[in-house]
Amino acid sequence: MSKKIIASFTVSRLEILDEQGRTDAELMPDLTDDDLVRLYELMLLTRQFDQRALHLQREGRLGTYPSVLGQEASQVGSAYALQNSDWLFPAFRELGVFVTLGYPLAEIYQYWNGDERGLLCPEQLNIFPICIAVGTHIPHAVGAAMAARYRGDPIATACYFGDGGTSKGDFHEGLNMAGVFQAPVVFIIQNNQWAISISRNHQTAAETLAQKAIAYGIPGIQVDGNDVLAVYQATREALQRARSGGGPSLIECETYRMADHTTADDAARYRDPEEVQRWQRRDPLLRMRRFLADRGLWDDARQQQLETEIDARLDRAVAREEATPPARARDIFAYTWTEMTPRQKRQLQQLRDLRELDHG
Amino acid sequence: MAEMNMVQAINLALREELERDPDVVLLGEDVGRDGGVFRLTEGLYEAFGEERVIDTPLSESAIIGVAIGMAAYGLKPVAEIQFLGFTYGAIEQLFSHAARLRSRSRGQLHCPLVVRTPYGGGVKAPELHEESSEAMFCHMPGLKVVVPGSPWYAKALLQASIRTPDPVLFLEPTRLYRLLREDVPAGDLPVELGKARIARPGDSVTVVAWGSMLEKSLRAAAGFDAEVIDLMTLNPFDAETILASVRRTGRLVVVHEAAQTGGFGAEIAATVAEDAILSLKAPIRRVTGCDVIPPLPLLEDYNVPTAKQIAGAIAEVLAF
Repeated sequence: MSKKIIASFTVSRLEILDEQGRTDAELMPDLTDDDLVRLYELMLLTRQFDQRALHLQREGRLGTYPSVLGQEASQVGSAYALQNSDWLFPAFRELGVFVTLGYPLAEIYQYWNGDERGLLCPEQLNIFPICIAVGTHIPHAVGAAMAARYRGDPIATACYFGDGGTSKGDFHEGLNMAGVFQAPVVFIIQNNQWAISISRNHQTAAETLAQKAIAYGIPGIQVDGNDVLAVYQATREALQRARSGGGPSLIECETYRMADHTTADDAARYRDPEEVQRWQRRDPLLRMRRFLADRGLWDDARQQQLETEIDARLDRAVAREEATPPARARDIFAYTWTEMTPRQKRQLQQLRDLRELDHG
Repeated sequence: MAEMNMVQAINLALREELERDPDVVLLGEDVGRDGGVFRLTEGLYEAFGEERVIDTPLSESAIIGVAIGMAAYGLKPVAEIQFLGFTYGAIEQLFSHAARLRSRSRGQLHCPLVVRTPYGGGVKAPELHEESSEAMFCHMPGLKVVVPGSPWYAKALLQASIRTPDPVLFLEPTRLYRLLREDVPAGDLPVELGKARIARPGDSVTVVAWGSMLEKSLRAAAGFDAEVIDLMTLNPFDAETILASVRRTGRLVVVHEAAQTGGFGAEIAATVAEDAILSLKAPIRRVTGCDVIPPLPLLEDYNVPTAKQIAGAIAEVLAF
């Protein structure tokens, strides 16, 4: 008879770029100066797009919108490690990921304006439709990864979800299945500390979300989610492991949702403004800008020039979105089954007659 | 041509599809080494290997969720859930994803997924092993719901279900697994999803049934000039075949094992009331399970409709 420790586990956290813009040279990812500038540009594009979306929503020109403010590094850094051939399974707050992969900006506005055509994925990308039901897309990423391996395709899948998503049953079932079958999938938690009004500490009693990987027998790591270099490096390693047969990984990006849950929410009702201020000091763009300036890669003039360029680009995207002809009544029927049923055809005709639609 | 029961016919359908198309994979609990709890997949693991006949953890939501991911990637997964009652934990995957993936992606992604599962009573099994909740799944556009009523049609419909680009819930009547035998040929069998068939022609009354109730309805119809329609696909269903028959016979009896209220019989009755009421010579009659939780074995016979009940309903409408 005995009682002894039969296993013990550790949880790692990766930080490369600190709040002052200093880096750990030994941990620096293998990125060129162009890459480093590009990462910053993508974060700035994400931020300005996000701000524009909030303005449009207030003007009644966009529907309910979930701001990604504060999470730019967690999204741009991870997506920058992806290849176009990889399959991406987003939740609904992944603007920075879409922007990084080159998704058409007008289409992103279009989706949040209530037009499903905004989900039409460009041919060169493999982005699953935005998933509103929290965490339920996790098994899909596992299944696609298993299918890719079955076909011998040298790709990985990446699945994004939040701290709230880790409480869902499909998180458990999906990660468990991924571990059993060693599927080439990378799970990327956007731990932004809040699921609407429920704080991270109310979401789980676990000290970290990264440690949940241990129970599924897969590698897990926590990264400073406001450190674009750490996020990139951790994702790159996980993707390489997945593509080379090393199985799935879990990455917890510890970041912060600086804005309300969506434009329909008021976070002042449930969270301390001091907490928001503390996180402001950890802004992901600020530290990257300091880092680039120290290396002579950035200055105020370039900043101003880029902001102007992005504004013009957003103007064009919004104009394009708002000039899109409305969808047809037929579109609500056309994609239900492969073929419209006789009853659907009758319903469409009734709709046309009743509403006197001429563009249906 | 070999005479076989429904278990053997389904096994043959799976074997032929696995041979024909490398994109077809099976997954589920105990489908591999064990050959399935009802032995539906017996021998397939040995023949096609663990990459194509995949034993999964006990995880219904992930079985269907993973299959959705595979289907979107281009495979044709056939997932087995051991009993219809156990799909309840995976309904979010079926309703929130499988049914609407095509719509959400504006036709860019398809979900050629089949979820096979035994349904219905008559085998004296524990709770949640004898559910007949097919109507619930018919209320989600985007899903197809297919229910075979004989070995030949089980093979034909399963092959058609695997080949359609739409997601299919394929309900196998547990009671019929080994009850009926008929000749089932190798190779493709002609059948079309969404079409009903006249299982027995007649002129005086139309009896609509599916799955587990088809065999009882055919027995009940003997001795009457009754036409029995095997609906086969519940969603989208073949209203035209039913309406054409009722316009001729003037009478309708709908039979299902599921609870009466909100059952699929109500949809059929409403369809006939809307489009053929002037042909009716008698009130529509439904022969169904009661509005109860499916009882445990000692009481289940009170709930599952019998051939005698169906014959009684036929006689009743013929009296008008």
